[in-house]
Amino acid sequence: MISIKLLLEKPWIWSFVAAAIVWFVTIMFTGGASAYGLSQAALTFAAFSIIVGIGQMFVITLGPGNIDLSVPATMTLSGTIALKLMGGADSMVVPGLLVAVAIGVAVGVGNYGLIKLLRIPPIIATLSMSFIVQSTAIWANRGLRIKPPAILADFTTSMTLGVPNVAWIALGLSIVAYWLLQKLIYGRWVSAIGQNILAARMTGIPVDGVRIVTYVLCAVLASVCGFLLANFSGGAALNMGSEYLLMSIAVVVIGGTAVAGGNSNVPGIWGASLFMFLVVSMLNTYGFDAGIRLIMTGIIIIGVIVLAGGHNSEQR
Amino acid sequence: MTNIRPQDAVIEVRDARVSFGAVKALDGVTLAIQPGECVGLVGHNGAGKSTIVNVINGGLTPHEGRVALGGKLIEKYNVKVARDHGVRCVFQELSLCPNLTVTENTRIMHRSLAGWGWRKKASAVVRAKLDEIFPGHRIPVGALVGDLTIAERQMVEIATAFSEVIQKVRLIILDEPTSSLDAGLAAQLLAFVRAFVKTGGSVIFISHILGEILSTCDRIVVMKDGKVVAARPSEGCTEHSLVESMGSVVKGPSARSIREINTGEPVLSAARHAGKGLPLKAHRGEIIGLAGLGGHGQTETLIDIYLKESGNWVRERAPKVAFIAGDRRLNGVFPLWSIIKNMSIGHLSDLSTKGFIRRQDEAKLVENWKSKIEIRTKDVENGILSLSGGNQQKVLFARALATRADAVLMDDPTRGVDIGTKQEVYSILRSEADKGRTFIWYSTEMDEICLCDRVYVFNSGVIVAELTGDQVTEKNILAASFRSAAA
Repeated sequence: MISIKLLLEKPWIWSFVAAAIVWFVTIMFTGGASAYGLSQAALTFAAFSIIVGIGQMFVITLGPGNIDLSVPATMTLSGTIALKLMGGADSMVVPGLLVAVAIGVAVGVGNYGLIKLLRIPPIIATLSMSFIVQSTAIWANRGLRIKPPAILADFTTSMTLGVPNVAWIALGLSIVAYWLLQKLIYGRWVSAIGQNILAARMTGIPVDGVRIVTYVLCAVLASVCGFLLANFSGGAALNMGSEYLLMSIAVVVIGGTAVAGGNSNVPGIWGASLFMFLVVSMLNTYGFDAGIRLIMTGIIIIGVIVLAGGHNSEQR
Repeated sequence: MTNIRPQDAVIEVRDARVSFGAVKALDGVTLAIQPGECVGLVGHNGAGKSTIVNVINGGLTPHEGRVALGGKLIEKYNVKVARDHGVRCVFQELSLCPNLTVTENTRIMHRSLAGWGWRKKASAVVRAKLDEIFPGHRIPVGALVGDLTIAERQMVEIATAFSEVIQKVRLIILDEPTSSLDAGLAAQLLAFVRAFVKTGGSVIFISHILGEILSTCDRIVVMKDGKVVAARPSEGCTEHSLVESMGSVVKGPSARSIREINTGEPVLSAARHAGKGLPLKAHRGEIIGLAGLGGHGQTETLIDIYLKESGNWVRERAPKVAFIAGDRRLNGVFPLWSIIKNMSIGHLSDLSTKGFIRRQDEAKLVENWKSKIEIRTKDVENGILSLSGGNQQKVLFARALATRADAVLMDDPTRGVDIGTKQEVYSILRSEADKGRTFIWYSTEMDEICLCDRVYVFNSGVIVAELTGDQVTEKNILAASFRSAAA
């Protein structure tokens, strides 16, 4: 009994409850036939949201006003450049990944550079950055569609122990993120800055250092996600990141991370990412048209935030 | 004036008590203002002057005590009753709306200036009053208040308070009205106050410039620690006797041991502020006090020193300075965290291996300090906000003292801390200083300043005096607080 009570006090539980309900309702409709396929698809597509969501979560934890809107552009640029560099050759996989990471580092440094040097709010700094990055991607792409190396295309679309490989990667990154937040000084610092940036500065926390690392971390996760997504979908497309702008923010908020900063939540991102994918497939299964689908998605997201928000006040 | 009976007082506050948490802001204050008198109100910061002013203008209801107007007890005294009775207040923080004109601000203060042509009426009223108080002022009443200088704004504020539209002005409270006026304007104001009093009006005059108080007021009330400690006619008072009665009457034996003056390389230093006053230097093992009236640049100096000495980009293994906040909410407490995390945050680099926090060591440190300064909680995993203010402050003390920093900067950190813990803290400070730590301590409490080896006195952001050893006395500090800086 006590363990159930403890579980109900966790803010992330609600996103899992919501995901489970939606999963069940969808399965009901198809009479149980699609249970396995739906779960596989949910884990695969949720994995991409989880990877960008973790990065966005770190940034949002930095406190009010901190957000990275350059996530979609970074994904597109890293996917495009990495695929171009690899040129479909299996031997180029490692350089391709390194280039993707390097793009992430550059975008992250650029983002914080704009915020710090020009003293503009993160929302505007990262949005302007995203125009630069997106334009670079357009210029680099020029309508070419390069196939990913076979080894990577295989890896991203196949499974290990019945679980999609991309989900394993997301799990690994989530564990690292959880460690960073719970066990390392860095996590304490991020949380401290998000709660009270003045107090953080006056307790000797290197505020600028922590913030730039966080923006770089977010951009690197976005570019790694872009790299994986481009390989998964058989090539980079200029609009491949677009849906991940809303997604990366929504999964953080639904997952129970405090929008006001200072409090982050890794498990919640899993529940929320699964939920976001399952809602869309549920509405698809029930055969609603696109307009209704979007409205319903919005209403459901608001509902979950209201539900989860009520249980967030007693957080420490 | 002597034959007026007390129930004829314009306003009388009887045995008012106000407390904010553990702090007694007013501890049984009785004050009666007669018609046709100017009462000077003096006292150190935190003596309760502003609180009694707020009680008189109706903004604050005392937790105990009564307010009587013209001899009649008023059950529900509030701002509206006060205004209807002709009680007006000129605030220390200017209370005009900067985006409106002088005329429009007058309209806000005087709601009866309504109906067609109020602009014309309001302009006439405020222009006449400005001409009367500050002849030759040259303030256009159609100008936006935001475009006026601070002195002009103060003049407008004074003029609107003295303006009479329907109700007669009976009592004006002037809270440091001359702080932003130059000598000429101040003299005009004081002359007007005398004239106003002659016609039967009453004034409560608050100022830190004792000369003004002595020359303008009929009676002087001295407050200290929420009590009226002296009330006497201004004839016979001198600046010296006022300063003396503002200080503590009984003084315990000084815990300060005289130490040799250190002339070596200072551990910390701050340059002269804007090229004025004295520079600040702190040597190893010294306890330096920052004194002067509150808000005269002490906190800013501490923050500047901290920001200069600590990095913003990379982690420092051994921080050079630590800071103890006085304004906990602003720059002290992390509200979402437990007591344990709040305490250890400054010390994490010593509690970790390769960036990983050693939880057992963290818990050990916190338990150690919890018993050392008696933080009253059952469980250090409880949220920091579950503690009382004084206990939160203890956590901040422990946070800074637990670090290896050579110097600790303290921004009036004993607010709301009980006497027992204060004594405990003082002895910790002294023993740490003997071990070679340096403390720079801003305090609004005279007793604490008197514990320091050396004291810098601030006025208007500038260090105006340095007192060493035996010179560190209440009298000298108060006297220096009113001195202006030599360029």
